[in-house]
Amino acid sequence: MDLSRSHVMVCGGTGCVSSSSMKIMDRFNELLAENDMDREIKVVKTGCFGLCEAGPIVVIYPEGAFYSQIKVEDVDRIVSEHLVKGRMVKDLLYKGSVEGEVIKSINDVGFYKKQQRVTLRNCGVINPEVIEEYVAYDGYEALGKVLTEMSPEEVIQIIKDSGLRGRGGGGFPSGLKWEFTAKAEGDQKYVACNADEGDPGAFMDRSILEGDPHVIIEAMAIAGYAVGADMGYVYIRAEYPIAVNRLQIAIDQAREKGLLGRDIFGTGFNFDMEIRLGAGAFVCGEETALINSIEGKRGMPRPRPPFPAHKGIWNKPTSLNNVETYANVPQIILKGADWFAGIGTEKSKGTKVFALGGKIQNTGLLEVPMGTTLKEVIYDVGGGIPNGKAFKAVQTGGPSGGCIPAAHIDTPIDYDNLIELGSMMGSGGMIVMDEDNCMVDIARFFLDFTVEESCGKCTPCREGTKRMLDILDDISEGKGTPEDLDMLENLADTIKSASLCGLGQTAPNPVLSTLHYFRNEYEAHVNEKKCPAGSCQALTNYFITEDCKGCTLCKKACPVDAIEGERKEMHVVDTVKCIKCGACVDKCPFKAIIKK
Amino acid sequence: MKSLEELRRIRQDAKAQVNIRTEKDGARIVVGMATCGIASGARPVMKALLDENKRRSLDSVRITQTGCIGACKLEPIIEVYTRGGEKTTYVEMTEEKARKVINEHIVNGRIISEYTIGAYEK
Amino acid sequence: MAKNVLTQENFSILEQSIDRHRGIKGPLMPILNDVQKTFGCVPLEVQQKISEELNIPFSEIYGVVTFYSQFSLEPKGDFVIGVCMGTACYVKNAQPILDKIADIIDTKVGETSKDGKFTLVATRCIGACGLAPVITVNEDVYGRLKVEDVPGIMEKY
Repeated sequence: MDLSRSHVMVCGGTGCVSSSSMKIMDRFNELLAENDMDREIKVVKTGCFGLCEAGPIVVIYPEGAFYSQIKVEDVDRIVSEHLVKGRMVKDLLYKGSVEGEVIKSINDVGFYKKQQRVTLRNCGVINPEVIEEYVAYDGYEALGKVLTEMSPEEVIQIIKDSGLRGRGGGGFPSGLKWEFTAKAEGDQKYVACNADEGDPGAFMDRSILEGDPHVIIEAMAIAGYAVGADMGYVYIRAEYPIAVNRLQIAIDQAREKGLLGRDIFGTGFNFDMEIRLGAGAFVCGEETALINSIEGKRGMPRPRPPFPAHKGIWNKPTSLNNVETYANVPQIILKGADWFAGIGTEKSKGTKVFALGGKIQNTGLLEVPMGTTLKEVIYDVGGGIPNGKAFKAVQTGGPSGGCIPAAHIDTPIDYDNLIELGSMMGSGGMIVMDEDNCMVDIARFFLDFTVEESCGKCTPCREGTKRMLDILDDISEGKGTPEDLDMLENLADTIKSASLCGLGQTAPNPVLSTLHYFRNEYEAHVNEKKCPAGSCQALTNYFITEDCKGCTLCKKACPVDAIEGERKEMHVVDTVKCIKCGACVDKCPFKAIIKK
Repeated sequence: MKSLEELRRIRQDAKAQVNIRTEKDGARIVVGMATCGIASGARPVMKALLDENKRRSLDSVRITQTGCIGACKLEPIIEVYTRGGEKTTYVEMTEEKARKVINEHIVNGRIISEYTIGAYEK
Repeated sequence: MAKNVLTQENFSILEQSIDRHRGIKGPLMPILNDVQKTFGCVPLEVQQKISEELNIPFSEIYGVVTFYSQFSLEPKGDFVIGVCMGTACYVKNAQPILDKIADIIDTKVGETSKDGKFTLVATRCIGACGLAPVITVNEDVYGRLKVEDVPGIMEKY
């Protein structure tokens, strides 16, 4: 391979690929070949940069120039100006990276500055389909160290000392999990990786698998050595084709290099792994359901105990960890337990990746130390709420979590604080809501999801969530009664304590937390039949104010002819005919149509 | 993979390939790569700089290109920016001269006056 | 069933898949994933075949297939036509448009055309009321439709 004077990194994450980043990459290759520069400039497909809002993203080194929202047509200018003449194309650079005359490198942009990228360290830096690039950034060094210098007990001790806890939701200490599996009796043991990321809005596992697949292979081999397993399974959603493909490429490369297979590093340690695809069932993210699915059964949870550490896949002791958890392991081995334990809070160590979405400026993926406050994440990294709206609440933990109101925005994020606030860490989805979001509607949305995904095995979850949803539907349609609120709480308690698995036990959280912090909103729906946020369609009506100039645009836009009024006279909405589609609001140039 | 040494050998080679993507705080060498520069041989000069840089594992040095520096008859031209922000312009570069710039100027901190634009203008 | 997916070719791919996975533990899910990809669905005939080959009860396979949302028993058409029947579209004459499409592709609502090309569904409001009436063909959206526009759109597919 020739040495190149410049590297063009094109994001190959799912977000950017769907906005045609691969066509952009092809165009770069085409133009570089035309300009006879294809031997001195290398185009690299890399993993997710995290700032998906600004995609498709292209970063050019050595300058670290950060181009955002690039179109295929823009490539010509980047090549002719930046790559040929060495002049960065200012108007195509990410706007946060240009300050007057000064152009900041990608690492100095606000979105990245507060972050500490541990599990995402290679995403956007290496080509995930080339094993050598992973090796260049210390890849497989940890596996080598473990196999040649450490006993399995020492490996488990380091993980225990580091304080690493499961990143998939529950936050169980990973070292303990490994220890239980190591100590369990069995002639055959397994390690498994849970990549069945199903929370709406969370995509950190996908990004790690797409951007740095080798880290999962290395970590699973380390776990295999620690617990005494020679086989690993990665259970991954079929909805993530790019991730599946890259992981398979990585497994093949690792086998070819002898980093998977027999007698790794000449130490006599054997380890191999296989990918198993999910088939669209959210409940399979639950560990026992996942195990059933790997075995080829319906993905329904099993009662615990026995825990997977004793009876897991094919009733053999199995250590099951989440993608992000694994991604921490090699670095803990290399940098030591103290380094990891030095990041974060007393009981939550290390960093956490969050998928920031909803009403937020910088939608995307970010990684911050545990103990960073919600405010820092939302305002410093996330860039705040767009359109000058007021922050109302943030939903964490997906369908298992809850809504945290503005009053608690200074809370440092860790496992225990979030639980105390009635939410949870979950896999790290973070949906920001502004004043226009109705809390009843949010609760309804998540419950609708749980009802759909409940596997139906146990009654509290199957029937209980359905009844809760019925009540929420009534409330949002103005048919709720004050007794309904008590009934909701009652049902929630029963479902939480009586459900078989985590899905049911946490399903009422979105309702309970919104009831707790925003009870007045529920009461407004029930007592006054009003939706304060103006979001529940059945409870809102459209009115035209005196700002109306009689331009007739709204009248033309209305699909059901519910607006009346003569030219240059004030118009009126017939609230009986109106279907509340909002088409008129979008058309009005004077902002004269309001929801009440 | 039968030993750690084997892994480290792969790493050594691979590192040179990706080194360009890490933050650098050392000197910056800019090569004039406009049509005039390339026509008078800027490309081999750039190659030589990259190669010499790798050979000496000068991790903190950034080598980039720029457009026409303006003195076309003196091409290939390279400019060296040291950490203090001082700029030295070398003209009529060749592969050997480029390697010498790295050895003398970057490594030993001695400006090679006879290659500079100042020397030419005398 | 509209489209004939039970072709010799598909079955030979199925046999290869079964052979490839016969040796591994828990072969059912990988095979079903292959089947879904090859056949576009997991027909009963195929489940029967897998049952015989792997000695897994038919009922168990049926249970697994119907549990996961990615597996379907019947194939969908290459183009899924969604006709919005939300209130706005409905009052703007979505029904005659739906009827017209059904007539052109000779398919009832909720079913797939005989050549397996189209699946016709009536959907809930897709939130494009300003464009009412609206239809979607896979990812493409067509708005402000009149019945006369329908044949032209259908010709594109």
